Amino acid sequence: MSRRWIIVTIILAVCVAIGAYEFPGLRRHVSQLKQEGPSDAENRRDVVAPQISTPTDVQSSAQIYWLAAGSSDTLAAVTIQLPLSADPVQRSRQVVAALIAQAPTAAQRTLPVDATLLQFYLLSDGTAVADFSDELASHTPSGILSEQLAVDSITHTLAANVPAIARLKILIHGQEADTLAGHVDLTGFFQVATPAASANPQPQPSVAPGLLNSPPPAGSATSGQK
Amino acid sequence: MRNAKFPIFLAFIAAGALLAHAGSASQAVPPAAANPTPGAPQVAPAVPAAPAAAPLVIVIDPAHGGADPGAHGSTGIEESDVVLSFARQLRAALQAQGLRVVMTRDADVDPSFDDRSAIVNAQFHAIFLTLHVSSTGTPGTARVYSLPAPAPQTPAASAASSALLPPPVEQPNPHPGLRAWDNAQDSFVYLSRRFAELLQLQLAQRFRGSPEVPATVAVRQLRTIAAPAIAVEVSSISVSDRRQLDAMAEPLTDAVVRAIMDFEPLYVSAAGTEAGPSPPETAAAAAPSAASSSGAR
Repeated sequence: MSRRWIIVTIILAVCVAIGAYEFPGLRRHVSQLKQEGPSDAENRRDVVAPQISTPTDVQSSAQIYWLAAGSSDTLAAVTIQLPLSADPVQRSRQVVAALIAQAPTAAQRTLPVDATLLQFYLLSDGTAVADFSDELASHTPSGILSEQLAVDSITHTLAANVPAIARLKILIHGQEADTLAGHVDLTGFFQVATPAASANPQPQPSVAPGLLNSPPPAGSATSGQK
Repeated sequence: MRNAKFPIFLAFIAAGALLAHAGSASQAVPPAAANPTPGAPQVAPAVPAAPAAAPLVIVIDPAHGGADPGAHGSTGIEESDVVLSFARQLRAALQAQGLRVVMTRDADVDPSFDDRSAIVNAQFHAIFLTLHVSSTGTPGTARVYSLPAPAPQTPAASAASSALLPPPVEQPNPHPGLRAWDNAQDSFVYLSRRFAELLQLQLAQRFRGSPEVPATVAVRQLRTIAAPAIAVEVSSISVSDRRQLDAMAEPLTDAVVRAIMDFEPLYVSAAGTEAGPSPPETAAAAAPSAASSSGAR
């Protein structure tokens, strides 16, 4: 073998060694970019539902309920800084938008990333109506637990940041839906309460006196209203 | 004179027989309920007015089916298939205990919510369980759900409802003794809750990591059931191997059988006497309710 071929072989071997050393780092970097970059769904959502900004916005601490880190069945409050409006309707839209878009990690999301809040109404008695896009129903994982966590994350987040709301009606694309994703009933109202309030309900009998046509317990924190 | 009174006596007898017939007919599910028509008023049986000695009927509902596979895992596991397998094993175990069992489906079909409810509401002295597999949750755990109690209509809530819905028209109940189909569960929420508590305790002993108290959630299927009714959901469809879910069938079946045996005397007593438990028992049973979650009614 001539001297020239030996030099070429050495150069190639050095290149291969450098490539082998750098390759795992490059793979990590690419996967990080994939995770951090906005997905198509996120880009679409940003176009459909641009950031809500009002003249009364003040940078404030907001408590948003996502899945607890490392858990797939418990919600936990995370405090983030958000510009929040003094108007309860706009404030509600801002916190729900944050709930959808700003989860600390993808695994902690409770609502589909491409779902959008189309409209939000608040009546004088504290009844709120939230109208979501179809993606809320079509992309929420099917199951009682996952659907319950999705609804609870909305009601807890509203309770923690918009005290004027007492109960919530969820619509899908302007219509009353039978269920969220096949299980949780959307034909009624959800009580808007923080987990602390939900955890201290009025005691209720497990079996009603007289079984039938018994009066329901007043103020039960577990119940909504029909 | 004695002969003249005889036709009157016969008329009384005939009237009595007609009234008795009408009374028994009012317990049956009307044809409209068996095949509900959208928009038409529907009714469910008012009470499970079977005598206390009537045999218990367990109605098992394997959720989803047909075109609706329910939750599906990345390895191709489908909820509708898993719950049907669970239901068949549970049926065999309950029948071995001498109980009558009815299934809402025994093939890959998808009856509607109301069709499934009609099957339960046609039974006397029934208990209803709907079986599910979740998309999320810690694998190997199991949860029980019942409906939350209906909240009283406050003036503010009524006003809110009237702002969203057409004003209710107050009319006399044309079907005395029957109740609205859409809220048939309302009168059974406390019994359902008690059954859920008994079953959740059994499940917590068999599946580590499961909660010890059931949750109250507005599960759509339960709303139209005129009997004690609960949903059972095991976690989760995300397991990589179907055998992990299949392994849950036997302890799940055992837990359900035991809970039903514990619940039956309470159900018979409540249905027979319309008397609730003594106050201390009520207070003790109410304590675990604190851990329940939200629901829409």
